[in-house]
Amino acid sequence: MTSQLAMFSASRLVHLSTTDIVIVIFYFALVLAIGWHLRGQAKTGEDFFMAGREMTAWVAGLSFLSANLGSLELMGWAGAAYQYGILATHWYWIGAIPAMLFLGLVMMPFYYICKTHSVPGYLKLRFGEASRALSAISFAFMTVLMSGINMYSMALVMKVVLGWDINFSILVSSITVAVYVALGGLRSAIFNEVLQFILIWAGALLIPILGLIEAGGWRNLKVQIAHNASAEYTHLWGSLGSFNSNPMGVNWVGIVFGLGAILSFGYWTTDFLVVQRVLSAKDIRSAKMAPIIGAAFKMAVPFIVILPGLLALAVLPVKLTGETLAIASGGHSYNEVLPLMLARYCGPGLLGLGITALIAGFMSGMAGNVSAFTTVWTYDIYRALIHKKASDQHYVSMGRWSTVVGVAISVGTAYLVMQFASIMDYVQALFSFFIAPLFGTVILGMLWKRTTAAGGFWGLLAGTLSSIGMYAWVKMDPAALRYVALSSSAQPMAENLFRALWCWIICVLVTVIVSLLTRPKSDQELVGLVYGLTPIPSEREIAFYYRPVFWAIVVGVVFVVANVLLW
Amino acid sequence: MRTGGISIWFFIGISLFVNGALVLQAGIRELFHPPAQPVVLYSLHANVWWGAVLFVVGVLYCARFYPRRDATASS
Repeated sequence: MTSQLAMFSASRLVHLSTTDIVIVIFYFALVLAIGWHLRGQAKTGEDFFMAGREMTAWVAGLSFLSANLGSLELMGWAGAAYQYGILATHWYWIGAIPAMLFLGLVMMPFYYICKTHSVPGYLKLRFGEASRALSAISFAFMTVLMSGINMYSMALVMKVVLGWDINFSILVSSITVAVYVALGGLRSAIFNEVLQFILIWAGALLIPILGLIEAGGWRNLKVQIAHNASAEYTHLWGSLGSFNSNPMGVNWVGIVFGLGAILSFGYWTTDFLVVQRVLSAKDIRSAKMAPIIGAAFKMAVPFIVILPGLLALAVLPVKLTGETLAIASGGHSYNEVLPLMLARYCGPGLLGLGITALIAGFMSGMAGNVSAFTTVWTYDIYRALIHKKASDQHYVSMGRWSTVVGVAISVGTAYLVMQFASIMDYVQALFSFFIAPLFGTVILGMLWKRTTAAGGFWGLLAGTLSSIGMYAWVKMDPAALRYVALSSSAQPMAENLFRALWCWIICVLVTVIVSLLTRPKSDQELVGLVYGLTPIPSEREIAFYYRPVFWAIVVGVVFVVANVLLW
Repeated sequence: MRTGGISIWFFIGISLFVNGALVLQAGIRELFHPPAQPVVLYSLHANVWWGAVLFVVGVLYCARFYPRRDATASS
């Protein structure tokens, strides 16, 4: 215990008091207690992998958001706000809200009515085994790799911020997640995600409040940012006329079509990591409401992520730099902006709560990855391709073991990244290759009954390969950027957005052409899977304020007003 | 949503209650023993009022979602 406390106190950026350490330890004890309490409620496959499909809209909606709200997301986008200004908000608003509302109102009924266990499972029902195998294997592989990368990055942050040993951070966090997910399955992951969501807000909310008090309010903050950086840093849309007029090197076409229409819809509507939470809802109305509740809270997340980055531009006495320069100069990098702001305002107790928020963010993201991996591995790979006719109990057992193995692979990946840092860039790029084409395949499958199995498979494959091809092209010949991103002034961020747009278009074109040349399924085979052939329960008999569409309109109006106010 | 008799919101109440109490006591201790290097805006004593807010919300949640034998699913 003494040596562990010494490890805790050997901090670099911030020093934790005894109260702070007790808060962190209490957090770990509580998440394990929840997992232990739920261990008896994960006996069937439906319990373990789908949380019994009995989550309320609020629980499903908050965990839907929490699974995405990892600490790297928090710290990375706070750093991006310091680096690029308020433009980073687009990844929370246009890069999320329309897609989340679309998932709730349009896509969720099909996912829910067909009773699929996963997104690859939907592809199996709609397009057949080949599409499912392609999607499931790529998803499972990428999910554990991403989990490992996040684990390593978090351990690195804990070392920089608190001076914690990297091995200690990796082992404690991974063992905790493995224990509570293996014990209670998806239900345990979801309940802990809701707890983690509350803790993230409890720990991070004071930074923007105190920051705004110090800066003298929003108007004074804008004046100080204009003085310290540029007035463009506080305009959400006004600086997106061209690639050169904003610090991100992107234009409005990339933001609206690449991010808002493709990448965002790809992630929020087809990434099983988040969709799995909504599939656990207790009925179709809850399944539709969950993403809308998630969208309402997503609208507020920039307050605890983007605003601290902007406040740091105004109030921090030191200038933050990129990672390489920070290491060379012994200074602080953009990614440290959130811990720096935490240390600036938070005394004993609050600091522990803030650090707990970061750890909670990391663990909710990791548990999301692991539980999604477990389901896809067990149902879409193991049961579909390896062992088709085992008992339900056998698959539950496989789910528990694959949780442990998934965490172990993640730990292995974390150590691999420690040795070869460049792996991180490649894996993150690899993950992005699948998102946009998968959205093209799923949305055509849901909305156009003429789409065929061959069309779905070849479209998905062509979209993915074209994305890889464009990535390799720009890597080998940076001048190719002017073709991929339509401008030689484009920055890497813009390249990602335009690459997503092109590969989605290629996926859709190939899917349509191949579908028109091949024989479609009969209407009867598509009931429950496709728009126009699926009876969706009417909501006319319930009061308007209970209807998902009403709340989607409310969130949509707030979204538009917020964008106009910060134009 | 219940976890076999215990609502998830009860666990959240426990978390807010304990964390609020810990933050509040740390803030009160700072009132009597001011730190040598105070944080920015120390004069606002954020850990006192924020700790109190979390504590009160935690108590309310614990009371509202306290597990009872005859309780039905809530929230």
